[in-house]
Amino acid sequence: MAGVDTPTLERRADHPANGVARPAALRRLVSKRRRRFPWLLGPMSLIVVLALLSPLALIVIQSVQAGWSQIWPALDRAFVVTLLWNTVRLAILVTVLSAVLGTGAAWLTERTALPGRRAWSVLLIVPLVVPDFVLSWAWSSIFPSVQGYFGATLVMTLHLYPLVYLPMTAAFRAADPGQEEAARSLGLSRWAVWLRISVRQARSVLLGGCLLVSLSLMAYYGAFENLHYQTFTTAIFGELQTQFNPAGAAALSLVLVILSLLVLGGETAFRERGRLQRSGPMAQRAQQPIPLRLRTRLAAVAGVALLAGLALGFPVAIVCYWMAAGVSSALPDAVGLGSAVGYTALYSLMAALAATVLALPVSLLAVRHQRRWSTALERSTFLTQAIPGVVIGLTLVFLASRYLGFLYQSPELLVASYAIMFFPLGLVAVTSSVVRASPRLEEAGRSLGRKPWAVRLTVTLPLLAPGLAAAFCFVFLSAATELTATLMLVPTGVQTLATQFWAYAEQGVSFGAAAPYAAAMILMSAVPAYLLGHWFDRSSARGSGSSVMEALS
Amino acid sequence: MGRSRQDSRVRTPRARRRIAVVAGALASASLLAACGGASAGTSSGGDPTITLYNGQHPQLTQAIVSAFEKQTGIHVRVRTDDGIVLADQILQEGSHSPADVYLTENSPELMLLTQHNLLAKLPASITSQIPAQYNSPTKNWVGISVRVSALAYDPALVSSAQLPASILDLAQPQWKGKVAIAPTDSDFVPLVGAVIAKYGKQAALNWLRGLKDNATEYADIESVVAAVNKGQKAVGIINQYYWYRLRTELGAGNTKSEVYYFPNRNVGGLENISGAAVVASSAHKTAAEKFVSFLVSAQGEKILASGDTYEYPVRPGVAPNSALVPLSQTNPAVLNVTSLGNDLPAASLLQQAGLT
Repeated sequence: MAGVDTPTLERRADHPANGVARPAALRRLVSKRRRRFPWLLGPMSLIVVLALLSPLALIVIQSVQAGWSQIWPALDRAFVVTLLWNTVRLAILVTVLSAVLGTGAAWLTERTALPGRRAWSVLLIVPLVVPDFVLSWAWSSIFPSVQGYFGATLVMTLHLYPLVYLPMTAAFRAADPGQEEAARSLGLSRWAVWLRISVRQARSVLLGGCLLVSLSLMAYYGAFENLHYQTFTTAIFGELQTQFNPAGAAALSLVLVILSLLVLGGETAFRERGRLQRSGPMAQRAQQPIPLRLRTRLAAVAGVALLAGLALGFPVAIVCYWMAAGVSSALPDAVGLGSAVGYTALYSLMAALAATVLALPVSLLAVRHQRRWSTALERSTFLTQAIPGVVIGLTLVFLASRYLGFLYQSPELLVASYAIMFFPLGLVAVTSSVVRASPRLEEAGRSLGRKPWAVRLTVTLPLLAPGLAAAFCFVFLSAATELTATLMLVPTGVQTLATQFWAYAEQGVSFGAAAPYAAAMILMSAVPAYLLGHWFDRSSARGSGSSVMEALS
Repeated sequence: MGRSRQDSRVRTPRARRRIAVVAGALASASLLAACGGASAGTSSGGDPTITLYNGQHPQLTQAIVSAFEKQTGIHVRVRTDDGIVLADQILQEGSHSPADVYLTENSPELMLLTQHNLLAKLPASITSQIPAQYNSPTKNWVGISVRVSALAYDPALVSSAQLPASILDLAQPQWKGKVAIAPTDSDFVPLVGAVIAKYGKQAALNWLRGLKDNATEYADIESVVAAVNKGQKAVGIINQYYWYRLRTELGAGNTKSEVYYFPNRNVGGLENISGAAVVASSAHKTAAEKFVSFLVSAQGEKILASGDTYEYPVRPGVAPNSALVPLSQTNPAVLNVTSLGNDLPAASLLQQAGLT
């Protein structure tokens, strides 16, 4: 248990200056053990990935079956170049801005003595649940100039930065303060420590968040329609709405798949140059919040307040305004609203559970058994993230109505579609914990005589808990506001909050009547966001390293 | 290190309790939802349940469905989405569609589903109740209401005397920068089909290219009418009912725009027909026909006319919402549904002109 006494990094273990180099024989033994084929995780992950990619396979099949003559008119246009340019430049700018805002905000709420940290950490997650169509509508209805490239960048950044913020808070919380202390003692400035140690430690998590931002950006529709910004998704809708051409829509989706392959390739290249270093078991411990001087503290509060205000406060205010001002704003009947809340909660809950549970084996496989094939398996699940909900919805309609009639328009299928669409969100969050859960702790547990299942329950699970909770929260929040696939797959007669909002706001101009549903959506999502923030706060105060020690003894 | 071990031992049960609280909250939420679910899917004793794919405004449909259920005891499960997306969905489902009745706002999607043999023939007892010009020539669907294409305009930016006599004039250079359109809205595409039917493909393409130069493109007609009302554009191509619905939402005092109908039966005054059909794969055809029959009955048409949707009922003798000018005074263009066809030629012209 050399590692327990010296909080060092595994990869540095053979560094001469480190002094705790493992004997070469042991190293060989360990590496041989690690090379063993994962008979449990491998097939499990394979099944999960195949199921996730089935809509994608169907898109390819539909395109091929339709033949070149039907696909070509959709692709052979100068318009496609415009779409490509619009999509790429938006993805780049929004990803960079989300990375900066998400990382900065996560640092402030996790590591500094920011006044009201816990409240801010909840308020900064919630914008993810303000549906993109509500946010864009709020902005463009008050400021008509918010449109086009500028408008899309503003709205998408405000909507998507939590995808970086949430995993980064987990990463900062689990970071190894020992390294920062060492860097400080070696004379680095605080700023340099932040950039070169803290952010660097969390680099793979940051990359994962950026990956999610850029991929999910491609699949959005409502906001771009409101803001008059044409992307592949708006063109796909056009293809379906004016052409009745599912094949053309599938072909355009394939372009999105190719784009996401490029993004994934880029991310993998980055990742391989800076692989995350796994902390030693005692490297995680309770961290003292960094004190802020008065002026810095004011600036920090102003910063997070501005961010939360623009992303959350502003749309909420507009929703309230419409509730008060709109003529159609007769309050919805309590039964209708209650059942919409109930169904939304139920479906999102199930989807969040399913996605989290399914993400676990894939994540463990990719991290613990890092080979080319396991990495490829994990990465391939990200492809569905960039496919618009309407395309996933239509492929599942085709698949289920023909071959799984008993499942068609059942709650199970809807939950499955959410799990497919938001799996990558769960995966990134789970992986952020898995990379930190050193298998050496489990090996230690085993060597102390615990049974494998007991080790999994008492060592692995507590180590993974923050990531699992984040994954659950992510998927829940996203599923609660999903609209296009929901409209197609929800059991007939059932209304969710998103479909009710749409029924009033999108179908007509009855924003007053739609507003209570938007308000309910935001309120409901605040619950998991709050629980998550609360729970994280307590567990970070405890320090996960010590709970591991307790589990081992 | 001993201290931290001590600490964790003290605190772990609390963590467990916290997890239990979270789990309990989640479980009770799902239980709540499950209870709600029990009441949703049941049908009242022995009566059949039919499924309606609804592309019409849900509030309007709900009013009609409630009256129908009360009268017949037949339960109707309503699934609402965009009319065209529902048509896409029925195409994907093919002969496995769970839908019994399809109700949508524009005839082209009904024509398309007819061409794919996905709609059943309706008995003459239903189609004969509505004037033939509003029905499927092959009796596969029946019209229930119409809306008329029109212009919304801002009197502060353009006087009524300056408004164009033909919708084709909007492609002229003097309208540059003044027009709002929603080329991808499912209500705009039939208008292009009408221009093709009346003036031919080349003229329609030239018109669209002129619009591409002159107009600002919006996502949907709701945005067009809102933009004109805010004074952002002088005129916008709409359906009359969007303007009326905006006025209802904002109140007459906040409505700064007006609606203008093209004179002389210009093609710009196209009637958009909303229609209903029984889906070919329906297992409850009798009950489904009963519902369509109710839609076109005097009772059904009156419910349609009385709401805030501002569509014109097509059954003779049923008066529209009193806020509307009579249909005949809007000078609607005379075009039959067959020449209007499905949206496909119009859609490919829109692509050629670079508008979609």
